Amino acid sequence: MPALEIKALHQYFEQGTVNENHALQGIDLTLEPGEFLTIIGGNGAGKSTLLNSIAGSLPVTHGQIKIADHDVTYQTVAKRAKLISRVFQDPKSGTAPLLTVEENLSLALRRGAWRNFWRPGVKKSDRALFKEKLASLNLGLEDRLSAEIGLLSGGQRQAITLLMATLQMPELLLLDEHTAALDPQTSATVMQLTDQLVRAQSITTLMITHNMQDAIKYGTRLIMLDHGRIVVDVGGAEKQGLTVPDLMRMFKEQSGSELTDDAVLLS
Amino acid sequence: MSIITSSVSQGFLWSIMAIGVYLTFRILDIADMTAEGSFPLGAAVTARALTTGHGPIAATLYGFIAGALAGLVSGLLHTKLKIPDLLTGILTMTGLYSINLWVMGLTSNLSLTTDPKLKTIFSRFPVGDDTTTVIVIGAIIVVIVIALLVMFFNTEMGLAARAVGNNQAMSAANGINNDNMKIIVYMVSNGLIALAGSLMAQSNGYADVSMGIGTLVIALSAIIIAEIFLHNLSFGMRLVTIIGGAIIYRLIIALVLELGVDPNYLRLFYALMLVLFLAIPTVQNRFRQWEQRQANRKRMSED
Repeated sequence: MPALEIKALHQYFEQGTVNENHALQGIDLTLEPGEFLTIIGGNGAGKSTLLNSIAGSLPVTHGQIKIADHDVTYQTVAKRAKLISRVFQDPKSGTAPLLTVEENLSLALRRGAWRNFWRPGVKKSDRALFKEKLASLNLGLEDRLSAEIGLLSGGQRQAITLLMATLQMPELLLLDEHTAALDPQTSATVMQLTDQLVRAQSITTLMITHNMQDAIKYGTRLIMLDHGRIVVDVGGAEKQGLTVPDLMRMFKEQSGSELTDDAVLLS
Repeated sequence: MSIITSSVSQGFLWSIMAIGVYLTFRILDIADMTAEGSFPLGAAVTARALTTGHGPIAATLYGFIAGALAGLVSGLLHTKLKIPDLLTGILTMTGLYSINLWVMGLTSNLSLTTDPKLKTIFSRFPVGDDTTTVIVIGAIIVVIVIALLVMFFNTEMGLAARAVGNNQAMSAANGINNDNMKIIVYMVSNGLIALAGSLMAQSNGYADVSMGIGTLVIALSAIIIAEIFLHNLSFGMRLVTIIGGAIIYRLIIALVLELGVDPNYLRLFYALMLVLFLAIPTVQNRFRQWEQRQANRKRMSED
């Protein structure tokens, strides 16, 4: 049973108008459990559209999306949360700023579960788990359970969001350029942490990145999108030996044009 | 002395309303105009229930429930039909005006004092003179309301409701149904506002269809007075300070009336007061910047 199965996925923006944009032009993608897929592509290639379609924040125009054999094509974001967890690009997006660290973690611990109005939101018995998990981040956050999360730095918040996303094991983890808004050093720390968390629990993961080096270095499989299509798909041993020039050459062969996006080239 | 005690008694009743407004205003970040309709709705329903022979506790509860239903309507309009929050409140409030008249039997004022046998929640459980009774019963109800709210907003569901007001993308990604949580907050909020209306009618001895005008401005003033004096409080402590805010506000109003201002101009005064309260943080900031600049100019000219 594949962890993710996407069939003939098309997305249109402003369909039927002069501004029509055929953002995804028939994506077929299957991920086996434990696969760690990195996705690269220039601006407008359809990376975010693909991720938002899977997450449910963008209604599907055409096609089907299945996660662990559940057809989620028409499910809301909240409904899909049982199966999916997500880390956003903006470190502010993944946490509720006025709630404390432990309140945020408690919310994530019940991701996709029924929340009732008689059990306490933060359970004393969960604190030990939170402390242990926070200590594993090596950011000294284990003593700040009752700090408002909005007071923490972007890197700290992103690390906690990552923890929240893996606190309750998801069928699929979506990472949406989640290190792009951080400074280079923090970005590297968060990326290593991601790799560590994903591999420790073999979570099926889909990561968008602008950073070609990261796309090559991390994950078990790499795809490249161009104009809403998958133009490169490499995995296994072939991916391990990949270099940035290899990727550029492959892109040129497949799409017939140079990869000219500065953001992709420079990082 | 009588000004102080009567202000305290009215302040307690206003604080229930202000706490209701606080829920939508600070948790959902919505200034919900429904308040202006649910306050007289609570009064109307309770007055009608009392005059048709229901007991005061039941009549007060009916007021609360009616307010919660008004909140349900606004919540549905806002979340399911995606009508902007400000307009949602105005729509419900406008519709409620007719409903309130209908509830009161198509009269704009329903008296609770014509029938000597009629018992309000205050005359049913007297603890002293009228003002003392309102203070004691009002305080008991406020304490119960705050305790229940603090308990609720620390449960799994309450935490989810707070997250929705804070970050909707995050709460949805964690499986929280944003719409349902907003509707719950709308219902609790307007239920409390109607409860305040119900108690106010029982304390004043009548329900009036126009008694809701100014509700939101009064409640926001009480909230902001509390917030100006004390920053960064926990949710429970904030609710407690709102009682203080409401009492202080009521005292200011009483003093203004004492100084001989015509009660007809009171609502203009409510509005001006709120403008003042809302402006204070900005003015403070400007003043601090001005001070810094002066200090800086002085330093630079000395060098």
